[in-house]
Amino acid sequence: MPTLPQFLSQAFNGIALGSLLALIASGLSIILGTLGVLNFAHGSMFMLGAYTAFVVLGHWDSFAAALAVAALVLLLVGLVTERGLIRFYYRRPAEDQILVTFGLGIMMVEAVRHVFGPLSQRVPLPSWGQGVINFGFFLYPLYRVEVIGIVAALLFAFYLLLYRTRLGLVVRAGIEDPLMVELLGTHVRRVFMVVFSLGAMAAGIAGATYAPLAAVIPNMGEPFLVQCFVVVVIGGLGSFFGAVVGGLIVGEILSLTTLFDPSYAQAAIYAVMTLVLIIRPRGLFGTMGRE
Amino acid sequence: MVEWDSRRAWRWLPELSMAIALTILPFAFDTWLGSVDLLTRILIWGVFGLGFDLLFGRTGLLSFGQAAFYGTGGFVTAYLLTSGTLNSAWLAMAIGIVIASVFSVFVGFLALRRVGIYFAMITLAFGELSYFLENSPLAKWTGGENGLPGVGAPSIRIGEFDYSFTGSWPSYQLVAGFFFIGFVLARFIVLSPVGVVLTAIRQNQQRTAALGHDVRGYKLAVFVLAAAYAGCGGVLLGIFQSYMPPDAFALETSGQLVIQTVIGGAGTLIGPAVGAAIWLTLRDLLQEVPAIGDLWKFVLGLVFVVSVTFMPNGVVGTIIKLWSRFWPRRGAFASSARADDGANLNETRLAPLTSGLRSTGMTPSPLALEARRISKSYGGIRAVDDVSLALPEGQLHAIIGPNGAGKSTLLRLLAHEEMCDSGHILLHGVDLAGADVTAAFQNGMAKSYQINQLFPQLTVRQNLRIGALGRQRGRLRLDVFQSAERFSETEAIIAALINELSLDECADIVVSTLPYGAKRQLELGLALAGRPSVLLLDEPLAGLSPVERDGVKRLVRSLSKGRTIVLVEHDMDAVFELAACITVLQEGHKLAEGTPEEISGDPKVREAYLGGTVMP
Repeated sequence: MPTLPQFLSQAFNGIALGSLLALIASGLSIILGTLGVLNFAHGSMFMLGAYTAFVVLGHWDSFAAALAVAALVLLLVGLVTERGLIRFYYRRPAEDQILVTFGLGIMMVEAVRHVFGPLSQRVPLPSWGQGVINFGFFLYPLYRVEVIGIVAALLFAFYLLLYRTRLGLVVRAGIEDPLMVELLGTHVRRVFMVVFSLGAMAAGIAGATYAPLAAVIPNMGEPFLVQCFVVVVIGGLGSFFGAVVGGLIVGEILSLTTLFDPSYAQAAIYAVMTLVLIIRPRGLFGTMGRE
Repeated sequence: MVEWDSRRAWRWLPELSMAIALTILPFAFDTWLGSVDLLTRILIWGVFGLGFDLLFGRTGLLSFGQAAFYGTGGFVTAYLLTSGTLNSAWLAMAIGIVIASVFSVFVGFLALRRVGIYFAMITLAFGELSYFLENSPLAKWTGGENGLPGVGAPSIRIGEFDYSFTGSWPSYQLVAGFFFIGFVLARFIVLSPVGVVLTAIRQNQQRTAALGHDVRGYKLAVFVLAAAYAGCGGVLLGIFQSYMPPDAFALETSGQLVIQTVIGGAGTLIGPAVGAAIWLTLRDLLQEVPAIGDLWKFVLGLVFVVSVTFMPNGVVGTIIKLWSRFWPRRGAFASSARADDGANLNETRLAPLTSGLRSTGMTPSPLALEARRISKSYGGIRAVDDVSLALPEGQLHAIIGPNGAGKSTLLRLLAHEEMCDSGHILLHGVDLAGADVTAAFQNGMAKSYQINQLFPQLTVRQNLRIGALGRQRGRLRLDVFQSAERFSETEAIIAALINELSLDECADIVVSTLPYGAKRQLELGLALAGRPSVLLLDEPLAGLSPVERDGVKRLVRSLSKGRTIVLVEHDMDAVFELAACITVLQEGHKLAEGTPEEISGDPKVREAYLGGTVMP
């Protein structure tokens, strides 16, 4: 049996991982809900964020700058992708949108592999993230606590944007009924561009934040993409809160199962997904309307 | 009388061409590339892809988790052979394919609960799940990251002669044999009524269900079938390489299958094999080019994105399209042959239209359709509030009311497209509690929709066939060795309907190119194709010109002979002219009911519906 400090430390790891998943998945989910496009390149965008941080930190010893640049770069990547490719696909079947973003994701991974090579890169912890926190009866790495803080702040900003601004109102209305929003005189297409870029940016920031905790390799986004799908299935389509709660659930399951038997960690999240599909096919926070 | 049927001969042309190609191609590969191994690999992907093409190309279900079944089939067989559990390689192969199919029943049951985007996500997740299972918890049996080496090949024994399928050429013979059998089977399926239903599901799932086909059942069937093909592909891979690699389970395997199918041409059966040939040769060639080298996969990704964008039909699909543009002889030939069928059936043509009732062996109830105090709410709005209807056999009953009165909801409830919150609906005296729209159609009640619900990429004849087959074959039947076009009774109904609806001239024209009036006729025709005894018509006159209106009115009147009809319509002249009984709805409840004379004289109706002006 694991001891209490081991358990608590893994529970914290679960929150750190879960909040990252929540951030990536909320981007994926908002794009899915608003545009109806399932972005298979989302994992690659996460990876691009991590590599951007790696490049910036190679030139400039400021982690905050690395985060900011990663956000900006991915905002641009999202903008270019939406304007250059995705917008030609709104009238095509959902399957074609999946295919084209899947292909785009492969191109991103392969381009990075060509430039940086297949080996893993190390991104150093920021100067303000080194060391440990003493919680009294167990020690915990400081940076992981800070990750939770950074992501929580970003998720809160995302929340304000979605629920306290005019743009957010249009986005939420668009998730419910895009045609009606268009009929009421709002240019949904322009909103689409903004939403896609914001979603890409969320993935990028998550990638940059995660970079010091893991090996930065070209296909690092793939497991995150798959886990985000599980998060969205559990949380429900297009739901911001679903993505957040689903992310935390998945993060905790992964971490706590690892405590007992790491080889079952992945299997456990799919078991929970299966359970949700049987009991509540639309997800915990999903609405019935759109399929 | 035996007579040379050239259509029948055309039927076997693809099989014949495939047999010739599989005989000649290996010599070409052997001569120019020094080995047939590349062709064997292409055909393994081809077997894998035949099933995926039925699933994605035909039915439109994009699965990103096919690797789960490919790996399962391969590993089960590899384990049985390497562990020495079984001596017979053939038996091990069969068990591998069966286990892959059984696994797919479980995955399909869950994944098919959701459609479209969700289906892609869930299948992908299950693909990853099986990869993890292979890698860790099951590593004791699967070899984990090392896979299973030393998979034996099957052999045939004829007398004293023992022929083992090991080495380049024998492996090719084995794989080509499986590919050919798989191809022939897939062709049977495509040409069978099951193939018709699968195509219908892809184009309009809701209408397919409303025409009496068990959509979920067919989807699960094709999902399991695709898994069996995938399992077979995995089995062949392990035997060909005499090694079963763990990355058979990887997302990359599923992804490569999707990419190859799309580049080659989805919905063409050989598309995946062609795509595999393109992928595998390009990979080898690009790696040789110094400027590209390790960017080969980037270039293939680019090729994929470009081909999805500009060539959605893939290589084979585009060739077929160009071919039929420059050489449309076959289509014209086929249609003229079918027109003759129709002419011969002229005498019988009215019979299926007027005798809708199926003898059920039950005591006939004088009421064809009865609704007992049904209600339906959406949130706080009671769309239908405690409405009762009783339609005697053969009555034409109209439902009228201002916009938002609940007419369309009432019709949806009657058709069992939605469940009532409370109340009962009886069809010929039988309570259809818990039945869905598919069951309602099977029991002889069909609906024609206010907004056309057609199969836009099929011809008029093919559209009608979907409806006619629905009633003929029941909810779910896997008659894959039947030809869809050879149900004589079905074809007779279709020919009669085309004639009755005056669609003769456009019978073999793709529906999306038809004018609105003809589409409207076909919309009615789809409902009639199941020879319903109760017909629900939701604004059949909407959007038609005055001349077309007269035609449809005549049609409705002739249909009402021997058939019960519920008509929702805004054209009051038509309603008062056609209906024997009229129900007026207002805000979800019944305001009045009676003969046209009673209704037009009812002051309540005048006030609510006609705007309060009392006419003389």
